[in-house]
Amino acid sequence: MRESFVDTTTTLLAENPRTALVLADISAEAFAPAQRRHPDRVLNLGIREQLMLGVAGGLALTGLRPIVHSYAPFLVERAYEQIKLDLDHQAVSAVLVSVGASYDRAAAGRTHLSPADVSLLDTLAGWTVHVPGHPAEVPGLLRATVAADGPAYLRLSTLRNERPHVGDGSLVVVRDAGAGAPLLVAVGPTLDAALAAVAELPVTVAYTHRPRPFDIAGLRALAGTEVILVEPYLAGTSTRVVAAALADRPHRLLALGIGREELRRYGSAEDHTRWHGLDAAGLRRSVTDFLSPALV
Amino acid sequence: MTTLATTTARIAEAAAPLDGRLPVAPLLERVRAGRKFGPNVYSTLDVLWVLYDRVLRVTPTTADDPDRDRFLLSKGHAVAGYYAVLAAKGFVPPDWLDDQGGPESRLGDHPDRTLVPGVEIGSGSLGHGLGLAVGTALGLRAQGRLEPRVYVLLGDAELDEGSNHEAIAYAGATGVPNLTAIVVDNSSATHGWAGGLASRFTVNGWTAVTVDGRDHAALYTALTGHHGHRPHVVVAVVENGEQS
Repeated sequence: MRESFVDTTTTLLAENPRTALVLADISAEAFAPAQRRHPDRVLNLGIREQLMLGVAGGLALTGLRPIVHSYAPFLVERAYEQIKLDLDHQAVSAVLVSVGASYDRAAAGRTHLSPADVSLLDTLAGWTVHVPGHPAEVPGLLRATVAADGPAYLRLSTLRNERPHVGDGSLVVVRDAGAGAPLLVAVGPTLDAALAAVAELPVTVAYTHRPRPFDIAGLRALAGTEVILVEPYLAGTSTRVVAAALADRPHRLLALGIGREELRRYGSAEDHTRWHGLDAAGLRRSVTDFLSPALV
Repeated sequence: MTTLATTTARIAEAAAPLDGRLPVAPLLERVRAGRKFGPNVYSTLDVLWVLYDRVLRVTPTTADDPDRDRFLLSKGHAVAGYYAVLAAKGFVPPDWLDDQGGPESRLGDHPDRTLVPGVEIGSGSLGHGLGLAVGTALGLRAQGRLEPRVYVLLGDAELDEGSNHEAIAYAGATGVPNLTAIVVDNSSATHGWAGGLASRFTVNGWTAVTVDGRDHAALYTALTGHHGHRPHVVVAVVENGEQS
């Protein structure tokens, strides 16, 4: 996904003189050709994340459309107050694009894990959040968010599904188990494991790469009594959204995702997916328990 | 001991424009409304006045002109004098000063750019203005706007915030020529700045001038003393102007 982001951003910088890119060393080498062509609009500040957001705010105040990129924890968590004040409070916006996700570099340890990024941005108003599940989804999302004027976050990962599902982020039914069936909503790269998990179960599976704004209308159209959320960041991040959307209906909700506990384990991203119960076997256990409470 | 009367007189004297009228002092009193102001208000007033009266190429009619000069108040708590100067220069109606901070007021204890005409940034949390100023300066240049200059005002205690040092090092290393920082030094940094404030900038490649922060002629010379391809800093030294 990072390559797709680099290629599309390089093209956008050439196409639109309003586009700017702000870096803090991460991916600077990949953007070196773009920086040579647009030295005034491709700014690598060195390892300075607070300044990265401050500069983005200043660029936006002059009418530019900044794309701001770094590793997820450094982009969102380290510079959170700058996101809140240098962008939102100034009534300007930028497109933030992260790599690393929850545990792409699991062996790097806690400093490079960012399961809370979507939750943290969710404390702010009006952000569009995209969590693509395939590199082919990235160019369209990036183009659309850069062309729009609002604040947006693209959370890129090395984890991916087999096939892309392009579109605007409305819920896409990938597997239809019929009216009234339990609905599983898979966000981004969790889709393939979710599909495998419920292959033998009468569960409708819908996909989105856009948890914010969540497709409320689509959810209300598809949801029966049981709703299952599978998110590749903190478990429960979208619980409040789903609960509010279905407040007028009796329903049960199972929210799966990354646990809050610091595991203090290395290994691979696939190991962490398994440890957090987001592989097919883990999801199957959770979903089966949820749908068969009497048997537990 | 400084009495209220002598302090007010000092403000009036400091705020006197060249033509001899005293527009700011009574406006500041309307903001004050009997409250006690901290030293930040008085220590900042002179530089604000010199900027708006003689340096900044911006007026109420050009407040949205992309080629205007920008003034960013980073130490957002020094707001009373800022509002008074904005009122004196016609950016905001003087009537707004009378209920500053009230439930219907657009003038908070820290300024909000979306609520106050002429205010370039919302500030209050220290350490945000310089980064925004660097970005503004770079954004103007990236669009070929080489005339406007970006001024940002900070305090010596505000420089405690590490975010400033990210901006100082980067702007100096890359040479942001259309940026002027003003640091009002009223000796309020808890641990001081051994070796002087200006050295933090000059060691990173800025040009720097240290002046008496109440001397309007010296301030004007310093604020227009930028040259070449480097960012410029004016350290305006003031004694603690607090009423006692």
